[in-house]
Amino acid sequence: MAKYILKRIILMMVTLLAITLLTFIIMHAVPGGPFTSDRNLPEAVEAQLNAKYNLDQPLMVQYVDYLKGLLRGDFGPSFKYQGKSVNDFIRDGFPVSARLGGVTVLFVLLAALPLGIVAALCNGRWQDILTMTIATIGVTVPSFVVATLLMYIFSYKLGWTPTIGLDSWSSYILPVIALGGYSLSFIARLMRSSLLEVMGQDYIRTARAKGLSETKVVFRHALRNALIPVVTILGSTIANLLTGSFVVEKIFAIPGLGVHFVDSINNRDYTAIMGVTIFYAAFLVAMIFLVDLFYILIDPRIKYE
Amino acid sequence: MEPILEVKDLHTNFYTSNGVVQAVRGVSFSLEKGEILGIVGESGSGKSVTCMSILQLLSNTARVTQGEVHFQGKNLVTLNKKEIRQIRGGKISMVFQDPMSSLNPLMRIGEQIGEMIREHNRGMSKKEVEAEVVRLMGLVRIPEPEKRLRSFPHEFSGGMRQRVMIAMALACQPDVLIADEPTTALDVTIQDQILKLMRSLQKEFQRSVIFITHDLGVVAELCSRVIVMYGGLIMEEALIDDLFEHPAHPYTMGLLRSIPGASQDRSQRLVPIPGSPPDMLNPPKGCPFVHRCPYARNICAQELPPYTQLDATHRSMCWLLSPDAPADNNPFKEVREN
Repeated sequence: MAKYILKRIILMMVTLLAITLLTFIIMHAVPGGPFTSDRNLPEAVEAQLNAKYNLDQPLMVQYVDYLKGLLRGDFGPSFKYQGKSVNDFIRDGFPVSARLGGVTVLFVLLAALPLGIVAALCNGRWQDILTMTIATIGVTVPSFVVATLLMYIFSYKLGWTPTIGLDSWSSYILPVIALGGYSLSFIARLMRSSLLEVMGQDYIRTARAKGLSETKVVFRHALRNALIPVVTILGSTIANLLTGSFVVEKIFAIPGLGVHFVDSINNRDYTAIMGVTIFYAAFLVAMIFLVDLFYILIDPRIKYE
Repeated sequence: MEPILEVKDLHTNFYTSNGVVQAVRGVSFSLEKGEILGIVGESGSGKSVTCMSILQLLSNTARVTQGEVHFQGKNLVTLNKKEIRQIRGGKISMVFQDPMSSLNPLMRIGEQIGEMIREHNRGMSKKEVEAEVVRLMGLVRIPEPEKRLRSFPHEFSGGMRQRVMIAMALACQPDVLIADEPTTALDVTIQDQILKLMRSLQKEFQRSVIFITHDLGVVAELCSRVIVMYGGLIMEEALIDDLFEHPAHPYTMGLLRSIPGASQDRSQRLVPIPGSPPDMLNPPKGCPFVHRCPYARNICAQELPPYTQLDATHRSMCWLLSPDAPADNNPFKEVREN
């Protein structure tokens, strides 16, 4: 077991290293640079700026320099915002995104699992059809549409919730729904189909043949089996929600990490691109690793050697 | 002898998107106390559905549309969910075909057997339940039951899992045990062990057993009486020796011919029954076996034959047995005239 964990950690490091290299290469392959702008800087100024940030060095040297910084936990200075480092971005943005994301994760789990279970148990009846219709809409309608509609109705027309920021508990409502809508719908559908499949298994018939009540059959026998596929996608879902979303944070003007995912690319802010990508990637592989460890707790058939 | 379970004119339909599948079309039989009754038939003959109907264990696309199942003064077909649950496991228990998939993969063996005991004996302490589980596991000859108690199903072989299923089925001393092809999914040597186990348990506890199988060899080894099912109907019912020595239905004769014998050499081929079972979406008007029967006549396709009672324990559903059936190409007339 200890050997397995060690192996996985080493593999995670290799994965992350590959991600840094790929991102670095693709990023530099994109035309333009951090100091290219409409204003057309005098060549001498641009050359000086490039020299200051070591951008005049060969790519390989830049990459190795960057890795050296990374090993010290230094994501480098932002090329766009003077006096700010990428560490500052993460330090300021991540807690905000994680707070919103954490609430969203709770909301998604508390709503999706019961909805999926009810839909499966009422298979084919109105409860099922209603939930699945809403869930289908939730999976297909993009978050910016949901966010704008919610904002228009509840903030602008009804005035029940603030339009921007995360200052009061009520300001969480709309961003949480917009951010979690997709995951909520997706997990509810997954929970439903997984439970339906399990309910048709032979061991459920065995449980019924024992004379158990339907409640016991579902909660003692079916549910744990049905949760396995749900747990699988939970890792990436949690990583996605906690690291913030560009769209939702932009629309609700939330100073989180999500904004940097797109802004840094538009700005060719090399260190910021690298920083947020690595941060997200590290978070994701860690969550996937945790999920794999979590399997041991729920499924005795899984053993890691 | 007083029958312990009586099935009368049972009809079970499945409602599918393609139409109504008439899986069981009027089945009547009784199970005597302490006997092992075999139900034989090929896949789709309605044998499993008959037994699932007894315990209302069918999926919700199925419905018993007609008939009664009498057991201890109750008609099981009309019981509500709560009442049938007390029968399930407690009074009538089942062993299923595939032991690989019939146990919950996430639950310890001991827990799965113990759950059955706890459900029907409220107020038993944890220790008592565990002791009982160990006793049951010993009864079905699972070695080192105290240790194996904490194992999970995937740590057991197929034969061992079927022993677990049997232990579970016996846990509440049921009056009737229904075994639905309990040996079909096992290889031959394990099959033999399980049959031996079932026979010795039956001798010891005098339970009434319904044994469903498609294997006449297994029936011969285990059962005292046999029902042969085809197309949702009972074709023939007889004591075991009677059935093997004087089969009174062309389908039974076909089944007997297709059993490989121990002395058979390779040059002799088995005689299969040509054709395939009828489509139960539109069951034939007459005898369901008519298209595969070598002795079929006009009347066989037009009208369902009545049962002919050959003696107190032997009945068969075939036009060839009717008093005015012609004697040419009639295996049963020849037998009688000899």
